[in-house]
Amino acid sequence: MDKDWEHFEHAADVGVRGFGKTPAEAFANAGRALFALVAEDLAAVKESREEKIACRADSLDELFLAFLGELIWLSDTRHFVFGRFEVAIKEPSPGTYELTASAFGEPYDPAHHASTVEPKGATYTALKVTKENERWVAQCVVDV
Amino acid sequence: MTAFREIEENVWELPPTGKMRVPGRVYASKALQEALDEKVREQVANVASLPGIVAASYAMPDAHWGYGFPIGGVAAFDADHGGIISAGGVGFDISCGVRSYTTGIQAQILGQRLEQVAHDLYRTVPAGVGSRGALKLSYDELEQVMLGGAKWAVLKGYGTESELARVEEHGCMRGADPAKVSQRAKERQLEEVGTLGSGNHYLEIQVVDKIYDAETAKAFHLEEGELLVTIHCGSRGMGHQIGTDYMRELGKAGPRYGIDLPDRELACAPLKSPEGENYLGAMRAGINCALANRQVIGELARRVFARHVPEAKLNLLYDVSHNTCKEETHEVNGKKKKLFIHRKGATRAFGPGHPELPPEFQKTGQPVLIGGTMGTYSFVLVGTKESERRAFSSSCHGAGRKMSRMQAKKLWKGSALIEDLGKQGVIIKAHTHAGAAEEAPGAYKDVEEVARVAEVVGLSKRVARVRPIACVKG
Repeated sequence: MDKDWEHFEHAADVGVRGFGKTPAEAFANAGRALFALVAEDLAAVKESREEKIACRADSLDELFLAFLGELIWLSDTRHFVFGRFEVAIKEPSPGTYELTASAFGEPYDPAHHASTVEPKGATYTALKVTKENERWVAQCVVDV
Repeated sequence: MTAFREIEENVWELPPTGKMRVPGRVYASKALQEALDEKVREQVANVASLPGIVAASYAMPDAHWGYGFPIGGVAAFDADHGGIISAGGVGFDISCGVRSYTTGIQAQILGQRLEQVAHDLYRTVPAGVGSRGALKLSYDELEQVMLGGAKWAVLKGYGTESELARVEEHGCMRGADPAKVSQRAKERQLEEVGTLGSGNHYLEIQVVDKIYDAETAKAFHLEEGELLVTIHCGSRGMGHQIGTDYMRELGKAGPRYGIDLPDRELACAPLKSPEGENYLGAMRAGINCALANRQVIGELARRVFARHVPEAKLNLLYDVSHNTCKEETHEVNGKKKKLFIHRKGATRAFGPGHPELPPEFQKTGQPVLIGGTMGTYSFVLVGTKESERRAFSSSCHGAGRKMSRMQAKKLWKGSALIEDLGKQGVIIKAHTHAGAAEEAPGAYKDVEEVARVAEVVGLSKRVARVRPIACVKG
């Protein structure tokens, strides 16, 4: 089975990459790649909390950065780790993209989640949201 | 990009081609140059194309691939000639830096107490993912942090007034504008003042291992065998969010001013534009957050020592920042000029007689603190007169990574690494073992070579080498 998400190499930091049948699904899986940096076993993250996210941007690339930015901010201020996402993306007019999402997770607990790094921000490095071989890919490097 | 030529020993230059306005310059030995990522050379050339850049786009001996700017990148901009300010030229971890304390005691007298001190530091100084500070601030108090920096921390009882002269900017960055910091950035910081963070940040107990320059070492109160305490951390959540917010803001603003960027990560606006001024005000607030943070952590460490080793007197050696953009006066073609110096993973290195330095460093120049890895060495260097003409008084900032985190995790297992370091005489107190593996000494460049080259080319001069004996990691 093809992977839903993966990490990729960067000299100092690490890249997150999500795949999906739609951009929304690729975003959701990239969100999991992001939190796989914070919780080694994503499957073990309980879904005791749900946080709502909404953001908009002029391009899918920018929307992806905004989405990851929201997740990093929520995780840092609410002290949560998320394991699953439901994402919807609309294009109400050409060149305007709107995202709404739910992030499911639980309070961060160092004893259970064994994090290695703390994401500081999502970057433009290796940023792309594209369709490759019939699959959507959403990716960028995260400063950790 | 192979067009970099060694114009003198350890100085590699790329003459301006294409959109480059000034030359690119890399300070590196042959060994460091050969190990240099091609991306660094590309990024040095990209920075050289930015409007208003003065003299050259520089890379320090520890340079590696960064965001827009290389990490280890230095560039000066002239506001009067369209010069820009770039969020990528400062980075996400605004004012990340190093602070060292001398203790006045020999490390060997610690004996069994080393383990106790290390353990207490690990318990007392919040570190790791999701760590919260001993301090919970209101928005009003946070505003005072943004305006006051280390000075705020001293007013709150963390350290003494006399220490402030030993912090760059005398502990308080002027021109900070909290109104230009988003609410979201502020919210990220409310519980993070006084926390170490994660990744490559640390708190170390070190021993002065070797003295290179006896006279300066004496002036810095450094003796062979002496115990030092060193902190490496930054501005935490607020700095990261300011970076995130303004990367986007400046990314949108640049094209409005006709700035054509070779790389989106260089996101910048003219210094003389509302967007540029907004970022400057916010970034300076971020600098103050970092200065306050290190001041609080330093005092927490001092209290730990007071409990276990009362004979140790923690005196601040110096506090340097290595992710900043600062307005400074420099000499260009024989004329003094106010310039905005971006240092991304590079340390300010003012030489002797610089008016910004306190009286105790007038004869010597400022201490330049270089963080190594938990298994090798760190260095205390000193600013030189020559550094002014070499790279606007700048030097390296650390060992510089040579291997990605993913590679490091494949090569080392955290628990085995911690055990090995223990056998070498370094106690590691890490919140996660995998985090330690990513910071394995072998994942970094040879810090001794970096410090040696920094000295040979005149960026700064080696004073002492220090090795860790205990390290608290996030």
